Amino acid sequence: MTLLYLMINGLQIGSIYALVALGYSMVYGIVKLVNFAHGEIIMVGAYSMWYVMSRFSVPAWLAAALSVAICSVLGMFIEKIAYKPLRNSDRLSLLVTAIGVSLLLQNLAQLFFTANPRMFTNIFAGTVTIGERQFSNATTVTIAVSTIIMIGLTLLVKRTKIGKAMRAVSEDKETATLMGINVNNTISFTFALGSGLAAVAAVFYCCSYSQIQPTMGGMLGLKAFVAAVLGGIGSIPGAMIGGLCIGIAESLTKGYISSKLTDAVVFGILIVVLLIKPSGILGRRQNEKV
Amino acid sequence: MSALFKSNPFRYSLNAVSVAGLYAVIMFLIETGVLNRYQALMLIPIGFNIILAVSLNLTAGFLGQLPLGHAGFMSVGGYAAALFSMSASLPTNVELPLALAVGWIVAAAFGLVIGLPALRLKGDYLAIITLGFGEIIRVIILNLKFTGGAYGLKGIGRQTTVTWVYICVVITLFIIGALIKSRHGRAIISIREDEIAAEASGIPTTYYKALAFTVSAGFAGVAGGLYAHYLSIMDPSSFGFMRSAEILVIVVLGGLGSIFGSVVSAIALTILPEALRGFSDYRMVIYSLLLVAVMIFKPSGLCGRYEFSLGDTIDGLCSRIRGALSGKGGGGDGGGS
Repeated sequence: MTLLYLMINGLQIGSIYALVALGYSMVYGIVKLVNFAHGEIIMVGAYSMWYVMSRFSVPAWLAAALSVAICSVLGMFIEKIAYKPLRNSDRLSLLVTAIGVSLLLQNLAQLFFTANPRMFTNIFAGTVTIGERQFSNATTVTIAVSTIIMIGLTLLVKRTKIGKAMRAVSEDKETATLMGINVNNTISFTFALGSGLAAVAAVFYCCSYSQIQPTMGGMLGLKAFVAAVLGGIGSIPGAMIGGLCIGIAESLTKGYISSKLTDAVVFGILIVVLLIKPSGILGRRQNEKV
Repeated sequence: MSALFKSNPFRYSLNAVSVAGLYAVIMFLIETGVLNRYQALMLIPIGFNIILAVSLNLTAGFLGQLPLGHAGFMSVGGYAAALFSMSASLPTNVELPLALAVGWIVAAAFGLVIGLPALRLKGDYLAIITLGFGEIIRVIILNLKFTGGAYGLKGIGRQTTVTWVYICVVITLFIIGALIKSRHGRAIISIREDEIAAEASGIPTTYYKALAFTVSAGFAGVAGGLYAHYLSIMDPSSFGFMRSAEILVIVVLGGLGSIFGSVVSAIALTILPEALRGFSDYRMVIYSLLLVAVMIFKPSGLCGRYEFSLGDTIDGLCSRIRGALSGKGGGGDGGGS
């Protein structure tokens, strides 16, 4: 029973990682950028939800929708301001800019909301019983909603026009332009989509951990990024699989080894993956052209 | 006699004299109280920030690979140095240099062990794997017994003085500067310019990457040792990703590939927050805005790849004066290159 319990907890945190990893993966696929600011978008999502709920006492679903909207707009805005001018420059400058944006968001949050952690009330109170164990509603809702979102996202990318455009742009920007695809709009859409997913992840994260602080995005974002690399960066199903794997690995480490070593295990996985198969589980290997 | 300081011996002696002169000026200012006690203490963080920035610049600027785990090496070196000096009981002037040497060696060994596998990757992946290693180092230090776990180390002798920091800065600048100017340095720079072309020209790229990485990690360790003996405590939580990012900000602002730029921006970015104490809340906000702005408007950093050379400057000045004395001739541009 312990194993089942740990697995379900792992699936829960894994779904959160997967939602965040999808953002990393889509953005990397389309602009070849490790968006370090993505973790901070989660934090912004959490704070906007908390702020709206505690100040204006709006219903939870509205607050969640608002925070998704805020994050989507923020994601597009960041891309327009910080990444677009650098789209054709050195990859290193782009990476440093992303780190800069991440530091900026984190410190702005610290300025506005102070470094003290804020308490967040669980909007999915209550429990359900599976077998002999009790699971919180947050767990079941997180897993269920994430699954629905992931199916929806797969359909979006596979079946719709904008999904086709996204795949085309990530394949080859110039050719996509020649085919009449608006590359700028497609990139903006990708950022909005990824940031919106991060906001959803933020809502679920807050419900199960009930504490938010300006630095919360850092570690969460890094681990989600590890998940994206594990699944094969640039691949959407890969991000989902990677997220779930990382979540389960973390949960099992907590249960069987030591809760202090979870970070070391996650980054250990990253290092092993990068050394053995840098393209990840589902990633495509890219040959180097001279 | 167009250039006064063209020959190497001249340049070395000129630099040696100016280094000694600068030291004398600093000491004079401290002795006479022009710099008060607090300002004199500020020289120490300036010193170890210079060492950190210059050593990171070796990999980020000259090798062209972006490591994000510099704070990890700093903490390894710092802990090694602190543990050494806490267990040894030697006179201060012997103990500190030995401890710093231990810090250098241990951090460099870590750099080599981590660098060899990590350097097989490039660009973003290298950045991420070094970040991963940095975090693992922090978690392991947090969980080890002899490093004091989450409590860190306490009661390390406060042995770091302005003199020792000055000596370490000079040694770092000399070694990294000489390395860059040597044949090996040109090999390292060729990897930055085009790795495939460098390899095709017969440069052992793996060797040079590992060399740059190891040296860089070693000096980060020295900075860690100075840090430990300055604060007299080591706290694992102060060596996270944020610290690595701060060092990166210094290097990028100064200019990737400019040692002079790193020195200037390390000095500026250490003094600025102290000078703006009232705005301490805004410090990191301003830092990060600066970082993004510099990347967008001047991606090469404030100094680009400019290197300051005392000999060249004096030569330039001399020829300019000569030009002015002989009159007519030309305008302001005294061509002393």
